[in-house]
Amino acid sequence: MTEFKSVVCPICGCLCDDLEITVENNEIVKMKNGCAVCEAKMVYGYKSEERILKPMIRKDGKLVPVTMDEAIHKAAQILVDAKYPLLYGWSSSTNEAQRIGVELAEELGSTLDNCASICHGPSVMATQEIGIPTATLGQIRHRADLIVYWACNPWTSHPRHVERYTAFTEGRFEKSEWKNYMLKLKGETGKKKIEAASKRLGQYSPPPRPQVCMVDAPPKSIQKMGRKMIVVDVRKTKTAEAADYFLQVEPNKDYEIFSALRCLVNDQELDIDKVGGVPVDYLKDVADAMINCEFGAIFFGLGLTQSLGRFRNIEVAIALTRDLNRRTKFVISPMRGHFNVTGANIVFAWQTGYPYAIDFSQGYPQYNPGEFTINDLLRRGDNDATLVISSDPGAHFPKSSMQNMMKHPLITINPDMNAISRLGDVVFPAQWCGIEYSGTAYRMDSVPIPLKKVVEPPPGILNDQELLERILNEVRAIKAQKTEVQTKVKGEVRSAAKTVKKTAKRTKRKVA
Amino acid sequence: MVEKKLRATLITGRTIDQGVGKELGKGSQEYFDNVAVCFLDKADMIKLGLKPKMNIRVTSKFGSVVVKVKKFPRGANPGIVFMPCGLWANMVCGDETYSMGMPLYKGFAVEVEPAPNDVVLGLDELMKKEYGR
Repeated sequence: MTEFKSVVCPICGCLCDDLEITVENNEIVKMKNGCAVCEAKMVYGYKSEERILKPMIRKDGKLVPVTMDEAIHKAAQILVDAKYPLLYGWSSSTNEAQRIGVELAEELGSTLDNCASICHGPSVMATQEIGIPTATLGQIRHRADLIVYWACNPWTSHPRHVERYTAFTEGRFEKSEWKNYMLKLKGETGKKKIEAASKRLGQYSPPPRPQVCMVDAPPKSIQKMGRKMIVVDVRKTKTAEAADYFLQVEPNKDYEIFSALRCLVNDQELDIDKVGGVPVDYLKDVADAMINCEFGAIFFGLGLTQSLGRFRNIEVAIALTRDLNRRTKFVISPMRGHFNVTGANIVFAWQTGYPYAIDFSQGYPQYNPGEFTINDLLRRGDNDATLVISSDPGAHFPKSSMQNMMKHPLITINPDMNAISRLGDVVFPAQWCGIEYSGTAYRMDSVPIPLKKVVEPPPGILNDQELLERILNEVRAIKAQKTEVQTKVKGEVRSAAKTVKKTAKRTKRKVA
Repeated sequence: MVEKKLRATLITGRTIDQGVGKELGKGSQEYFDNVAVCFLDKADMIKLGLKPKMNIRVTSKFGSVVVKVKKFPRGANPGIVFMPCGLWANMVCGDETYSMGMPLYKGFAVEVEPAPNDVVLGLDELMKKEYGR
């Protein structure tokens, strides 16, 4: 039995690095400190029955196990034969593998895109437009006295974010609000019990249901001492329930609300009663709390990047943060999803100059979200082969995009039989990154963290980096062979042409 | 009075159960139970005469899918329906990106109606039907 301490969780952008893992007979048997999602993967999911143990190729509509060499040759042949291949995924892989991916894309003259395309791509675009005043999670943990979660629900998508980095953590200069939350929870449970008892006794009349989108009047606790947590979302989530102040906004109205807050922060009057379903008085409360804090942090999620307005929503959020910095200290940070999607942006940017949506078809990198982003390519039907690595567009892309992807050969590299692997023409198994092999990943605040290896992989399975290196070498070998054949053919054609010329000359002389 | 159809705004996103299900495996029962669902407000469910776990059809201009209905666990969200991101939600999401790379995942119009005679397809069946594999 071996115990590993300070293991990094390879699931979400939090990259929690305090897991304690017990390994027995090369199997993880116990895990401490992780969230429910982490436990599902680290204790059960990684060794599930859906694990791919052999490379497979689709023959007569069925996936048939083949040797690794055969699969690598087939994949390389598909990529070389394609006129405009597309390489996508990378967000659950290591930086080392992502670097090889860029090399492969350059060699093929393909498009290279990562999962930021369907999560925080608009945040990247907004940052390029206006810049971003941000901080590491450590700074926020120790100093922030006001936390704003905007259009995100960390309780479900980043389950330990609040506990490790914001309101419920014990910072050096700010205290944890965990105990207060527990008291609030106990109070609410008591209230519910009393209501249920009154109902049984027939003395309870439920309050009338409000008809407007703004459902719950925000509590007065925004004026409390200590750390404050504000949640802005279109529905009441678990995070909203834990917050001191919750604003329920109408869908697609975030831009308007940010603009209204900018007006209020800049001492301008609003001549309307409501913005985006929120009474202006409530926005004034939020603006006051923002101006009066000592260190504020806004975390925003896909509710902004996927709603109408896309990168303009983020741009105005960053502009609000800039305005607030004239009055106090404020930072803003995206809640990145996959554990190394930030790494994919960073590696691609240092290798090519661009974070995602990169095209190598001209022999040099070009960048244009909306043109070289995967969903636009699939929508137009530009690409004629796809390689997907450590990602599952099969479960996360719109139906029509996937239908277009399925018109051409599909190569997949994933440890388990997820939706995209089930659809692949060439299916590679891979090692679990951060469980079966080590590497580097970037946390959501762009801090690189080394991942640990805790168990040995099943025999014969390669990691992403090794697989990509072998595919790259095979691609180069096939291309060299092709060039050799072409040169040979060209040479033969030239010598045949020379012979014809010589014969013609001789015939001329003879005639003369 | 029970209505036939509900016009609503669809939001897709993460839930903790969807996260657990996807890590246990896309073919797992947990994933199916927690992703092939649509959350409705209690008032909207009453309007449509629905009870939890009944089958409903969600239709957008991009497609249609049958899933189980669930009640929003907290708060009141009339006119808003929520689907956990996954294969079933993808059937109604659009590939329109407004030249920004990001498809339509949140904040678009859908119609919800009871579908007592339709079956909720599993992951493999739905992929076979829509993608041919």
